[in-house]
Amino acid sequence: MTARRLACGALALSLLTTSALAVQPDEVLSDPKLELRARDISSGLRCLVCQNQSIDDSDAPLAKDLRLIVRERLKAGDDDRQVQDYVVGRYGEYVLLRPVLALHTLLLWLTPIAVLGLGAFGIWRLARNRKSTAPQRLTAAEEAEIAALTRRD
Amino acid sequence: MLIEVGHFALSLALALSLVQIVIPIWAARSGDSAMRAVATPAALGAFGCILFSFAALTYAHATSDFSVQNVVENSHTTKPFIYKISGVWGNHEGSMLLWVLILALFGALVAVAKDSVPAVLRANTLAVQGLITFVFVLFIITTSNPFNRVNPAPLEGNDLNPLLQDFGLAVHPPLLYVGYVGFSITFAFAIAALIEGRIDAVWARAVRPWTLTAWSFLTLGIAMGSYWAYYELGWGGWWFWDPVENASLMPWLAGTALLHSTVVMEKRDALKVWTVLLAILTFSLSLLGTFIVRSGVLTSVHTFATDPTRGVFILGILVLFVGGSFSLFAWRAPLLRQGGLFAPISREGALVMNNLFLAAGCATVFVGTLYPLLLESLTGEKISVGPPFFNYTFVPIAIPLLLIVPFGQTLAWKRGDVHAASQRLFAALGFALVIGLIAMAMTWGGPAMAPIGIGLGAYLLIGAGLEIVSRARGYGNSRSSKPAVILRRAAGLPRSAWGTAFAHAGVGIVVLGIAAQGWATEGLAVIKPGQSVASGPYSATLDRVGPRSGENYEETTGFLTIRTTGGDYVGTVETGKRFYPSRRMTVTESGLMTIGVSQVYASIGEVMPDGSIGLRLYYKPLVLLIWLGAVLMALGGAVSITDRRMRVGAPARAKSKPLPPSAVPAE
Repeated sequence: MTARRLACGALALSLLTTSALAVQPDEVLSDPKLELRARDISSGLRCLVCQNQSIDDSDAPLAKDLRLIVRERLKAGDDDRQVQDYVVGRYGEYVLLRPVLALHTLLLWLTPIAVLGLGAFGIWRLARNRKSTAPQRLTAAEEAEIAALTRRD
Repeated sequence: MLIEVGHFALSLALALSLVQIVIPIWAARSGDSAMRAVATPAALGAFGCILFSFAALTYAHATSDFSVQNVVENSHTTKPFIYKISGVWGNHEGSMLLWVLILALFGALVAVAKDSVPAVLRANTLAVQGLITFVFVLFIITTSNPFNRVNPAPLEGNDLNPLLQDFGLAVHPPLLYVGYVGFSITFAFAIAALIEGRIDAVWARAVRPWTLTAWSFLTLGIAMGSYWAYYELGWGGWWFWDPVENASLMPWLAGTALLHSTVVMEKRDALKVWTVLLAILTFSLSLLGTFIVRSGVLTSVHTFATDPTRGVFILGILVLFVGGSFSLFAWRAPLLRQGGLFAPISREGALVMNNLFLAAGCATVFVGTLYPLLLESLTGEKISVGPPFFNYTFVPIAIPLLLIVPFGQTLAWKRGDVHAASQRLFAALGFALVIGLIAMAMTWGGPAMAPIGIGLGAYLLIGAGLEIVSRARGYGNSRSSKPAVILRRAAGLPRSAWGTAFAHAGVGIVVLGIAAQGWATEGLAVIKPGQSVASGPYSATLDRVGPRSGENYEETTGFLTIRTTGGDYVGTVETGKRFYPSRRMTVTESGLMTIGVSQVYASIGEVMPDGSIGLRLYYKPLVLLIWLGAVLMALGGAVSITDRRMRVGAPARAKSKPLPPSAVPAE
């Protein structure tokens, strides 16, 4: 459960006399397309004083500052990538909720594929070693044994 | 006095669980059946003691006994009575006591269960369960004693965190814990099987009801937590890929895999080693979840309080059980003989695929949750792994998994026929495609993933229904298309078949609910009384803003009227900001209006001095399906537990009576 997120919000609320809740009406850009991009970028940026919460959802004042920065950069004509790079340049990689694919995150990104691949390989190996499950023909000795058994009745 | 007796009872439980470990293991070696039988009263006794000590703590909370530190820290005289009760587990010490209570309850249930579990397996299982109980009771007594007194006793308590003063706290932790802890039984069975070096279909049959119980409760617990987060957090999200959520999702994924691999083992005597490994893994992930939540490695409300000694102790428990069980597995697993050959295209093959994808999904959640921690401790680099990561990695694993669900159901055991299975699924695929296309046409220009999700959900639902229908129609010569025959046969199908169909249909319903969230809308504005905010097909008009008070809070409430865009009256909702003076905290209470299975969700923001408020209005189409689907899944689990083969079990050997001489049958 994510009551922690609430704690972050509640903490922010209790410490401040004025309370804010995520994106405020006065922050919203007049251009709906630009606003949509701003929301999209914001939901991928972490609120630095919260636990695992994006600035788009956060009530913290720092998150509000970041939201305003994102919108300012967008208004200045930056593309999504530039806005993200700008925020990362100021606050570090920690703000990205989707980590970059680099050497230090290789293990993180490759694990899902590696588990699937290794698992599939293992199953294939096991299946191959088991040989076929098709019914094998009985040997002549077995046939004779069955014949002997059935004759008794 | 009662508190001291409660504390003593807990210590007694510690001693009894020690008896429960040592005597049966000893007896298993010496073959003494009388000594082996000691495990049963020991397990019952330990449960009784823990129940008493839990009752003692509950009594202290209910009567606001402020001479008990735990009550002082988490209660208040003005707190509503229901939260005085749920407050017992709304803190670290109390929640751990609930944990061991459920643990001991499961131990007691295994001890008295009238099933066909062989005596040695039962004794060993109880011994392992005793070890888990012992370690956790020791943890409570040494690091998290809820029975500490304070002298002098204060007149008033500090109150419970207002975020936890919710009905959600009354149900979410108990459900989740029954799920978490329930997997301790499958773990104990797996360890007992490894100790004996023997595992077979009897084992699988003995374990299945426990796995189903734990899984059903875990499903409900996660769903309840999700719904609680949804209505309490104020922005309408239902899953956040938060480490604490992930901690409960991991055992769920592993447990789901276990549930399916046990079926293969029971029916076909295959996948033995893998099933044992999954049983160990599932409980290990439950323990890991407990560690993540309780140790404060990731600080949260769930942690209640952080104390390094507790973290170290739980880490020790984790190392003991995970390390111990995996070592035992590595040592003893080669003894378990493999049986039951099957072709790659078969029911078993599909279940192996299910396990592969579930394991990969579980590994993804695992690495996503713990990687930042690992990286920081190794290199000092800080990264975040949030929802976008999981959307990129987990969802592509989940989709093929969902696609094979109806497919596997139509394949025969041992050797399946892809062609015949596809033919049978043709109707499901066709219908799903049509439904997806209709959804796409109706919402043209909207998000592309939503209609695909709707199609996928429909495919799962139809597939689940089709399975029942095709089984009821029968195959080969007994095939019938008379409705009366089909109905009679459907009613006569094993309950496990119905359980499976319910659970799979539940998954389909969850998928429908999730997919529809692509069309959720949000409206946001600062409005004065008389003004409105629109969102999707609805709008909310602010009637007035006024103060309101509860037993232990003051609230500024916005009273809203919901109308359709056409102006038709739908109903009223209230959303407010609650201020709890005892903790000086403010919490937002959202207002929900349920229309069918969709919801309009209102959340109050800033309250301006001129009487206007910031209002956020969401329209969440079909959102309730997410949780209703989960309830249906759990119901499927419950139905499956009542299956005849679980109730009847293997025939017990009758007590051998000496036959009268005359009754000796002639040759």
